[in-house]
Amino acid sequence: MTPQLVVFFVLAALAVIGAVSLIVQKHPIHSALSLIVVMVALAGLYLLLGAEFVAAVQIIVYGGAIMVLFVFVIMLLNAGVEEHTSISKMAGFPGLLLVLALAGFIGATIARAADTVQSAPQSGMLSSTRDISTKVFTDFVYPFELTSFLILVAILGATVLAQREKN
Amino acid sequence: MTAFLEANAELIIILVKIALLVFIVLTANAYLTWFERKVVAHMQSRWGPHRVGPHGLLQPLADGVKFLFKEDPTPAGVDKFVYHMAPLLALSLALTSIAIIPFGPNPLPWKFFGHDIYLGIAPPNLNIGILALFAITALGVYGVALAGWSSNSKYPLLGGLRSSAQMVSYELALTMSVVGVLLMAGSFNLTDIINAQAKHSELGIFGWNIWPQILGFFCFFTAAIAETNRVPFDLPEAESELVAGFHTEYASFKFAMFFIAEYTSMITVSCLCTIMFFGGWLSPFPVSWTFTHYLPSLLLIPSGLWVIWDGMRYETLFGKILLPGVGTAIAGLGIGLILLPGVNEFIQPTFWLLAKILTFLFVYVWMRGTLPRFRYDQLMSFGWKLLLPVSIFNVILTSFVILARMQWGEK
Repeated sequence: MTPQLVVFFVLAALAVIGAVSLIVQKHPIHSALSLIVVMVALAGLYLLLGAEFVAAVQIIVYGGAIMVLFVFVIMLLNAGVEEHTSISKMAGFPGLLLVLALAGFIGATIARAADTVQSAPQSGMLSSTRDISTKVFTDFVYPFELTSFLILVAILGATVLAQREKN
Repeated sequence: MTAFLEANAELIIILVKIALLVFIVLTANAYLTWFERKVVAHMQSRWGPHRVGPHGLLQPLADGVKFLFKEDPTPAGVDKFVYHMAPLLALSLALTSIAIIPFGPNPLPWKFFGHDIYLGIAPPNLNIGILALFAITALGVYGVALAGWSSNSKYPLLGGLRSSAQMVSYELALTMSVVGVLLMAGSFNLTDIINAQAKHSELGIFGWNIWPQILGFFCFFTAAIAETNRVPFDLPEAESELVAGFHTEYASFKFAMFFIAEYTSMITVSCLCTIMFFGGWLSPFPVSWTFTHYLPSLLLIPSGLWVIWDGMRYETLFGKILLPGVGTAIAGLGIGLILLPGVNEFIQPTFWLLAKILTFLFVYVWMRGTLPRFRYDQLMSFGWKLLLPVSIFNVILTSFVILARMQWGEK
């Protein structure tokens, strides 16, 4: 077991536990906190793969900005403990089937691709931020600009909705 | 034993550095409270702490003991897990952020089993230095927000809400305001940012980023004060409206943890201001003025002598012994620096870094003694309508200047 592998298993376990706890927790704030754990564990995994920049942005954007808004809204609405209803058979049975099918599908894909897909080198080499930015602003400049346009549309939409209420 | 040390040398270096840094930062925190109380007191024509030890110098120690031994009740109806986790989260994130700061350019003159020992915990070639810092401070808001929410009480909840809204609003301006510096340095690495300011080494102080990035500095410092919840942006703990804000329901050491977290983030922000806008460990004098290297010792010897003299005329016997002892140590350090030129050269960068950090900490305290608190709507409109546009304008201006230089300027 190399140290990298130990760290990987710790982070992976954290991510899985956080994801399960996100669904199981009864209080919205606890669920939100579990989601933050998942985000941070994912960032750690990215860091392990040598993607420093992606790891930092993962925490800044998801952990810092988006989840703060989640927590803020939950606190503002003062949402209480959820009531868990017993799962109806209609939802339970097809749901279970769907889970099995999905798990089988993902497992089969991984098994099939395991030979061809190379795992990232664990040499401690770090990809530089300069490379990422060069790629984003040359090869992927149209998708990048389109994404920013999409976000602009969303911002304008939110502003229009907020203004309409006033009038 | 030697084989074990050799195999784990890197790990041991890092663990020792972490232990040392935590000790130093906690001590610095304790004396920062003393410094703050003393400075604010003198600004308001009071004495400040002066009973425990000479000049109240042992007051932080007494406060620490008090925090440890106070009763620590848990209010009824709190969310136990989150309530206990929030101060831990705040403190650990604040302490982690200081691990990114480099405290000197050169490794120590001796090696540990062939490994260089740098000042600062993060490796000096950490590519994402400033981003890692932002990532850690971005998580810092949870300590405050969750403390407010989990306390099951009205005032803390309002404090937590205010704090999360304020931190989300000012984080944008904070991040945008450093983009100018990053553009000029072409790197996220903190050491690179300092080295980029050393390009015109004969200019000394005029080669620093503060001159071309004065707008960025204004935005950064203002937003950083808001991020650390200090006066005039301390609405999350506004005592006139919210009792004590988010930490109303906390007592004893859990309260102390929030306190330490706040002061540690003050230190981090001072470090960042120094590194990004004020040349980090660079001396304000031109490089060719080598005689300025004796400045630290020339400052240490008279101040040591002054402390000895001050101790002589002190009323209590304890002060008569302690103060001259401290003074002798300070003056001795100054004389030692003159006698050992190698050591003197080595401490130059760290001396300037610490001097600049102390200046910023003083500015923090100064503002606390001077400025009134913002109103909540003023806070929001200031952040969104002034700071953010100005910092975006700064980014655009800087990029145009850099582009123009690349096209027509010297290269």
